[in-house]
Amino acid sequence: MIEFKLLGIGVLSWMVFLPVLGMIVLLLMPKSAEKYLKYITVGFTSVMVVLAIVMMTIYDPSKAGINSLAGFQFVEKLNWIDIPAYLWDGRIKIEYFLGVDGISFPMVLLTALISLIGAIASFSVKRNEKGYYTMYLFLVSGMMGVFVALDFFLFFVFWEIMLLPMYFLIGIWGGERREYAAIKFFLYTFFGSAFILVVMIGLYFSSKDPETGLHTFNMLTLMDPRTLPADSLFGMLNETWRLLAFVSLFIGFAIKVPAFPFHTWLPDAHVEAPTAISVILAGVLLKMGTYGMLRISWSIFPDGAKYFMVPIAIIAAINIIYGALCAMAQKDFKKLIAYSSISHMGYVMLGMASLTAIGISGAVFQMFNHGTITAVLFLSVGVIYDRAHTRGLNDFGGLANKMPKYFAVLIVAFFASIGLPGLSAFISETFIFIGGFTNHFIRVVAIISMLGIILNAAYVLWTIQRLFFGTLPEKWNGLTDISARELISTVPLLVIVVVLGIFPSYMLDLMKSSVNLLVNFIWGIN
Amino acid sequence: MEIGLTHYLVLGAILFGLGLFAMISRRNAILVLMGIELILNAANINLVAFSRYNGLGVDGQVVSIFVIILAVAEAAIALGIVLNLYNNFATVDIDEANTMKD
Amino acid sequence: MEFALQKLPVIVLLIPMLSFLVLAFFGNKIPRGGDWLATTLLFLNLAFSGFILFAFGTAGRYEMNVDWIDLGGAIPGAAKFLAGFQIDALTAVMLVVVNAISAFVHLYSVKYMEGDAKYKKYFSYLGLFTFSMLGLVLTNSILLMYVFWELVGLSSYLLIGFWYEKKAPQEAAKKAFIVNRIGDAGFLLGILIIFLTIGAFTFTDIFAGVEAGKLAGGALTAAGILLFCGAVGKSAQFPLHVWLPDAMEGPTPVSALIHAATMVAAGVYLVARIFVMLSADALTVVTFIGVITAFISATIALTQNDIKKVLAYSTISQLGYMIMAIGVGAYSYGFFHLVTHAFFKACLFLTAGSVIVGMHHIQDIREMGGLRKKMPVTFYTFLMATLAISGVPLTSGFLSKDAILASTLAFAGVNGGITIIVPILAFGVAGLTAFYMFRLLIITFLGEPKNQEKFDHCHESPAQMTIPLIILAVLSFFAFFSLNPFSADSGWFLNMVSMPESILAGTKGAIYHILPLDEFKEHLHHAHNTAMILSLAISGIGILTAFVFYYWKKVNVDKLAESIKPLYNFSLNKWYFDELYDKTAVAFTMGISKLSAWIDNKIVDGIVNGAATVTRGFSKYTGLFDNVFVDGLVNLTGGIVGAFGLLFRKFQTGKIQTYIAFLVFGILILYFVFRVF
Repeated sequence: MIEFKLLGIGVLSWMVFLPVLGMIVLLLMPKSAEKYLKYITVGFTSVMVVLAIVMMTIYDPSKAGINSLAGFQFVEKLNWIDIPAYLWDGRIKIEYFLGVDGISFPMVLLTALISLIGAIASFSVKRNEKGYYTMYLFLVSGMMGVFVALDFFLFFVFWEIMLLPMYFLIGIWGGERREYAAIKFFLYTFFGSAFILVVMIGLYFSSKDPETGLHTFNMLTLMDPRTLPADSLFGMLNETWRLLAFVSLFIGFAIKVPAFPFHTWLPDAHVEAPTAISVILAGVLLKMGTYGMLRISWSIFPDGAKYFMVPIAIIAAINIIYGALCAMAQKDFKKLIAYSSISHMGYVMLGMASLTAIGISGAVFQMFNHGTITAVLFLSVGVIYDRAHTRGLNDFGGLANKMPKYFAVLIVAFFASIGLPGLSAFISETFIFIGGFTNHFIRVVAIISMLGIILNAAYVLWTIQRLFFGTLPEKWNGLTDISARELISTVPLLVIVVVLGIFPSYMLDLMKSSVNLLVNFIWGIN
Repeated sequence: MEIGLTHYLVLGAILFGLGLFAMISRRNAILVLMGIELILNAANINLVAFSRYNGLGVDGQVVSIFVIILAVAEAAIALGIVLNLYNNFATVDIDEANTMKD
Repeated sequence: MEFALQKLPVIVLLIPMLSFLVLAFFGNKIPRGGDWLATTLLFLNLAFSGFILFAFGTAGRYEMNVDWIDLGGAIPGAAKFLAGFQIDALTAVMLVVVNAISAFVHLYSVKYMEGDAKYKKYFSYLGLFTFSMLGLVLTNSILLMYVFWELVGLSSYLLIGFWYEKKAPQEAAKKAFIVNRIGDAGFLLGILIIFLTIGAFTFTDIFAGVEAGKLAGGALTAAGILLFCGAVGKSAQFPLHVWLPDAMEGPTPVSALIHAATMVAAGVYLVARIFVMLSADALTVVTFIGVITAFISATIALTQNDIKKVLAYSTISQLGYMIMAIGVGAYSYGFFHLVTHAFFKACLFLTAGSVIVGMHHIQDIREMGGLRKKMPVTFYTFLMATLAISGVPLTSGFLSKDAILASTLAFAGVNGGITIIVPILAFGVAGLTAFYMFRLLIITFLGEPKNQEKFDHCHESPAQMTIPLIILAVLSFFAFFSLNPFSADSGWFLNMVSMPESILAGTKGAIYHILPLDEFKEHLHHAHNTAMILSLAISGIGILTAFVFYYWKKVNVDKLAESIKPLYNFSLNKWYFDELYDKTAVAFTMGISKLSAWIDNKIVDGIVNGAATVTRGFSKYTGLFDNVFVDGLVNLTGGIVGAFGLLFRKFQTGKIQTYIAFLVFGILILYFVFRVF
């Protein structure tokens, strides 16, 4: 078993709780040290990136994970809550159970990376910095926890924890309608959590660990069909209840993705959130929804995934096309990127709905790529907004000559987002289409979704034209080109985009054994 | 008629009843105190009587002497309070000393 | 030789990339923005690719693969994506063509783009384009071909929109990319069908799979047509031809390189590449798309007045020719025409650029005239290329075009029936081509100057520009391709690029598959002389008419145009394709986009907000209920307790004596109570 410990504590615990440590440090800093707070935040998130890179060097891609404990890496398993048998039913046992496999590891890398980028992008925050960075680190901790937790209860705790800092970050440091957006975000996602909670509790009471005979929250155990006795609520014979549970979980996760028609919180949240928070939101938070689907819905309810693959593919196709069409009609740069996110997350769902190894590989890869590419796009929106204090696309023009470096950065990011070959999203989108096309149930849906690549190109090119081409309006004569700090936050991401576009194996190799196992598991092939 | 325990106890009860009556009905603080003394002495009679008839040795006498001493101390303190009461209210009527109420 | 085939292609591919990277990142630090570096590298590349062609001629085909993506054993047989390149006749020839024209265009651009604000950017884009184009022709995998296919689209986008300060180039660049994307979506779908059925991406594996019958029947036809969609987009075939004329907004050398000689020929290259797996039905589609395109654009070219627009439509028309040629089964002739066309069309565009520079950025031919005296070199090179495109003997164009025309005759002869329309249109187009090209030549270079002031300032271009012109014009002679001026069949080129046998065993359906290849060749042989005589006559008539109309002015052209006004306008307005697309596809998309945004804002989000409002409204009532009823109950409890309190308060007199009295009574009561129980 691969382990990596520092000071006797596993690396995943470090990843999750380093930000908490950072919070404590921040809170202890005297008022006079306010200007160092951002550097402390960057420091802590940099350590996370370093740890992530070290993890990558010792990660063993041949181990699959998914439903076997032996296949997970960096596992930490401790008793967390253990209440002996009491008045009610049996003994409650909840574990502090962390581990990564090929599906979560890319997300861990992404989270560490985007957290650092977000911290660098936060330098423009000037109001109540202590509160901001504390909340920011809290958010990072929650996100990281979601991706490494293997106990459903623990997963849910992290899932909920991260809502709170997000609420404050949007509600306090956001734009004009921040309160509306923050409340909408919070309530909407909370609403989704309720669906997840119901299924979680139902699963708990249905389950019976074949070894200990207790109810369990352990996701790996829950995947084992023996854990759910046939006569229990979510047992294999109770098809109706299992499908209902799948739908309920799907709604819960779909709100986070966000899938049509649960997507409307996203544009509002994005438009109002500060730049760094938009980056986190699009870069990591949305992936939690699709990750949750793969880790929980697809794995624990494979029958549901098979049963509902066509409706899910249709929802994905609606996301792709409808998102692109809505993006085309936007006049606000940030809102346009927000809708493009909806469109791109549709690809992820399409790949997952295909239930093929290539489609799911594409989906996981697309999750990573969308994280990096959209982060650059939102950072770029921040760049122009910080200077011009407007995001209206029609207010600009001719920026290409005024801000050539910015033009170069944004044009690479834009072309990456429309899946230009040679850049990473091309591989993932192609894989997703191949996957969707291979599954003959959703083939037609996949073909219709290909309209998306045309529509994406249309609005992106139109945006480039409105921002960069033509003549510069008089009032923007004072604009300065992208600064060194902003380049530091964007260029590394673009380098990743290009490298993964040419050598996608670096990422695909990490996930392939896990994805293959997952697909075999879903189809019941051993 | 042989004088027995019952007679002493009846005497004690009468004394207690008188003392209680004085304590409840009198408004003069001095008289209330006197009622208390009567109750204490009723107790003393009982103690001594039980001591004598129930073969407890001198225990009853010892306790009653204790009570007498206590009564003296109590009387001294209480009279001091009454004196102060009089100084403050120019009366020893306890109904008038109601400034701690409400 | 081994080195030339195994390693050199990679070097050839990477040199333009190097040029791009160096110029893009260090262009500011190099004197003159690195134009000399880019040009030198390209000429070096040209030498290398010449060497590869020579090595291929002696050593034969070479192919190599490396593992690119390995997905593990999940999908049997399709887990591995290979990346590699191959050197065969098509590739070897295309390498030389692309590098040659790119090198000449580099050289030419040094003067043409002189003084432009984005000079170094221009050369880096050229590097990017050359890299992508070379990748496209080198790769042996259809997926990688798609990769480079899109990358040439990107460089085309950047170069069309090079002068993005102006409105027209922006729109043209956007249009080019999106229209190409439409074709590419079909291309990708075709790739998906192939992957699904055969499970491989390399051409070798695909053809082997088709031969083994893994992909057959309707699916094969569909795959062929979908792949052809990519070619329709890139090679500007009907109905996606509308982007190419607009693409002339780019710098003229770019038009020569990308939008005349190389990139637009990529579609033809693709069709040639997959020729062996195209089913009879697919080939029929290819043929008719090609011939329709050739005809439509030739009629449009008749009336255009912008020198570059005429050339653009002539390019589309010639591309249609090539596509049609491959469709009728004249694979090697179509590809031959691609090569000859690349040289003379590049020459035409570069001479047009020379004219534009000479006339100080006038492109309207109605303001030109008499330029022969001022720009002799430009004129003679232009004349040479015009003769070639018109199919006059002793030119390379004659060789290729004549062969294609003969093939169409053979095709109609084999198939009969409605297919007779193909040679009719093809010969018609040949005549039209001769006419409009000479119209262009006469109006521009002969006659009297129309704009005296511009004419007076006109001058011949410098040597950096004229040398490429001369070389390209010389390359339009027949002798470079065949020693026989009337047939290239025995020349080195057609010996190298011979028509492959179709691999579609048992499905020899229509077109030339009906018959064994030999029989088709028999027909071809018979058609040859007829075709030559016919084409010579038709070209001659075209040229003659042009002279009658525009040089000798025996016919009043304006009056003639007036008398057929509807037809004239139809041609002048490009058959109203742009208007049609604007009114339908574009308007529909924009409309539905606005509608979606409205639905999203008002309905989907409206439901969310409505739910919030309803909840809040409901909460008002629950609040009221809470206040009156639930809280009322609570208050009632409190009230009762309070009432009792008031009652009991009465006992609290504050008098010790009262308390003692209660105490005594209480004890008495308790006493009796306990006594009773």
